[in-house]
Amino acid sequence: MSVYLPLSNTNHLMPTATIKTIADLKTGERAIIRSFRDIALSLKLLEMGCLPGTEVVLNFKAPFGDPVGIQMGGYCLSMRKAEAATILVV
Amino acid sequence: MKTKKPIIALAGNPNSGKSSLFNQLTGLRQKIGNFPGVTVDKKSGTFRLDTATEATVVDLPGVYSLYPQSLDERVVIDILANPAHEDYPQAVVVVVDSSNLKRNLLLFTEIADLGLPVVLALNMLDVAKNMQLQVNATKLAMQTGVPVVRINARTGEGLELLRQAVLVLLEKPNVPQKDYFDPAQHSPELIAEVKQKYGLTNNNLALHYLHQHDEFSFVSTEKRVDLDQLIEKYQFDSSDFQAEETINRYQKIDGIVKAAVTAPALVQAPVWTKRLDQILLHPVWGYTVFLLVLLVIFQAVFLLAQYPMDLIDGGVATLTDWLKGVLPPSALTNLLTDGLIVGIGSVVIFIPQIAFLFLLISMLEESGYMARVMVIMDRLMRKFGLNGRSVVPLISGVACAVPAMMSARSISNYKERLITILVTPLMSCAARLPIFTILIALVVPPTPVVGFINLQGITLLGLYTLGLASALLSAWALKGFIKTEEKGYFIMEMPTYKWPRWYHVGISIWESVKSFVLEAGKIIVAISIILWVLASYGPGDSMKRTEQNLRQSQPALAGQALDNAVAAQKLENSYAGHFGKFIEPAIAPLGYDWKIGIALLTSFAAREVFVGTISIIYSIGSDAGEENSTIKKRLKAEVNTKTGKPVYSTATAFSLLIFYVFAMMCMSTLATAYRETHGWKWPAVQFVYMTGLAYLLAFLTYQGLK
Repeated sequence: MSVYLPLSNTNHLMPTATIKTIADLKTGERAIIRSFRDIALSLKLLEMGCLPGTEVVLNFKAPFGDPVGIQMGGYCLSMRKAEAATILVV
Repeated sequence: MKTKKPIIALAGNPNSGKSSLFNQLTGLRQKIGNFPGVTVDKKSGTFRLDTATEATVVDLPGVYSLYPQSLDERVVIDILANPAHEDYPQAVVVVVDSSNLKRNLLLFTEIADLGLPVVLALNMLDVAKNMQLQVNATKLAMQTGVPVVRINARTGEGLELLRQAVLVLLEKPNVPQKDYFDPAQHSPELIAEVKQKYGLTNNNLALHYLHQHDEFSFVSTEKRVDLDQLIEKYQFDSSDFQAEETINRYQKIDGIVKAAVTAPALVQAPVWTKRLDQILLHPVWGYTVFLLVLLVIFQAVFLLAQYPMDLIDGGVATLTDWLKGVLPPSALTNLLTDGLIVGIGSVVIFIPQIAFLFLLISMLEESGYMARVMVIMDRLMRKFGLNGRSVVPLISGVACAVPAMMSARSISNYKERLITILVTPLMSCAARLPIFTILIALVVPPTPVVGFINLQGITLLGLYTLGLASALLSAWALKGFIKTEEKGYFIMEMPTYKWPRWYHVGISIWESVKSFVLEAGKIIVAISIILWVLASYGPGDSMKRTEQNLRQSQPALAGQALDNAVAAQKLENSYAGHFGKFIEPAIAPLGYDWKIGIALLTSFAAREVFVGTISIIYSIGSDAGEENSTIKKRLKAEVNTKTGKPVYSTATAFSLLIFYVFAMMCMSTLATAYRETHGWKWPAVQFVYMTGLAYLLAFLTYQGLK
């Protein structure tokens, strides 16, 4: 099973505009994690339970939109916006 | 011969209640040391298993997995992968947060797969219940094959059962045969070769050798090179393998959790946590509440701590006076009173501020509010190479850098914590206030500006602002110099809001006071004694001659005036006086004479000593009530013998003010930096860069205003 979506493939398969990440979510919006863009960061995220197929809700955005907090499973995870932008969702 | 106590390691995710359990098990029978070879605090303590057996409990740093991201986290795998390690446990208690079982079980499966005897401690069942989660411990035990104990680490429920489970496990180490993840299923030849080459029996241990051998100091360099060749030979991709392992483990865990936990369709954050977050993370209310919290901390540290501090100050003075009266006058008595007791006094005087600060900070940490402060401040602090968590140390630095630097411990990223420690002393602390006020009063007229605010007040505010600005700018500059391999993530679990555990708060205060008194304290006392010797003795018999000379040259002097004149002359002839004259050429460009040089030296004991020292040097009568005005008059009258102009010109006074804004003129701070960074390297860097800045800017100020 591959959890990464190499950027070259992504660009090949679909126009960039349709790539949606956690950083694009509005507060309260639901999404399902699909894959990751940053290998090193994805290892940390996987470990924290951010698995492909997990449903998440955008819990809050800090003032000025960064960092953000997502609710997943039984807990809330906060991350910087740049980090959230590496998690692709559907 | 005493047999070695069995070692029990506590492992668990951050916020799983591991520290509460540790406190419950060991009470105050705990000590903080270092894990061998690394600068990570190690908490260990004694725990009585039965009438005959005591065990050592080691609290491992909280981690989410055995793949570390920081130096602190590294400790866990370093111990668990190395049976020869002095802290290698005979049993591991894995503490899990039952309200988030899935994520918490990841670490459990990793530790169990290393072949270690494990007890699973189910904590926070009450939180799980509030979230409508039913955790069945029996089913969990059946699924995992390890003993499962229901505990409440806050109240201490279930500890008896845990004790029994640990005892049974120590007598009959029972390890489940089946791995949750077996790397040999994915790379059988590679794992077999590693096991055979390194004499390992455990597949997962072999896997960790492959992933982490670069950091395994217990594996020899040749063996590590060998591993690199194996990795090459089998095309082992560490990242891919780790990702696959984590996903595989979560699949297994999913099965376990489905069998043991009854959950509602969608688990929600508790309602009150959501509501509080709406306010505390709000762009307006969030910052308003934070400012109010800061105000309370300020008030407590400045005003409330003042009462016990005055008592300690008075107590030390009374004690020295009494001892001087009772003991025969001798050098030894002086050493005891003016050296040792004053030194100890300057340690003890910090205790109230440290205690108040840690009381408030640990309450904020315990309640879960601190994580929110971090979130709302992170963006701003990041620009300066700091972290959301740096806010607390920087703010506390206005009271005193000592507890402030200690509170930087909550920053997990090494680089950001180090930068925070290095720049915190630039915040103008309370001890600089007496110096600021007297020098400002000397050269700035109290011209009213707006309402009750006058030019003196504005100057003072300017000095504080200068401190803050220089702290942020230095952080920004240091950012480029400090190298770290650690990745600076901000991926952080947001804890739900909870009532503080007072027992925890108490232990946190006790630990911080204790470590300050024992670690920084002994250095402060040592330096105080050295300073006393330098100020009391001079080369040859110059000190003795001083008094005779003075009596002959000025026979009219008597009483207090004579004593003061003698004290001033003695100081001039002491080693400290010689030091002042020695450094005079270096400080002359800043506008200082040798007398200010002595004050600079002695103020190293504590900045407030500056005022005391110049009052001795300029031999001022010690009428307590009028002290300040007298000092002021004396300083104004002081004339430079070479130029015939007043010593305390506007240029010199401002040069001194600037010097004290920047200079690392405080041995307590230096000793704390040593204690916090576990070495002299960073305190030395800090001393050099701050003193360098102080010198340069004071020089520019003096030359510009001259």
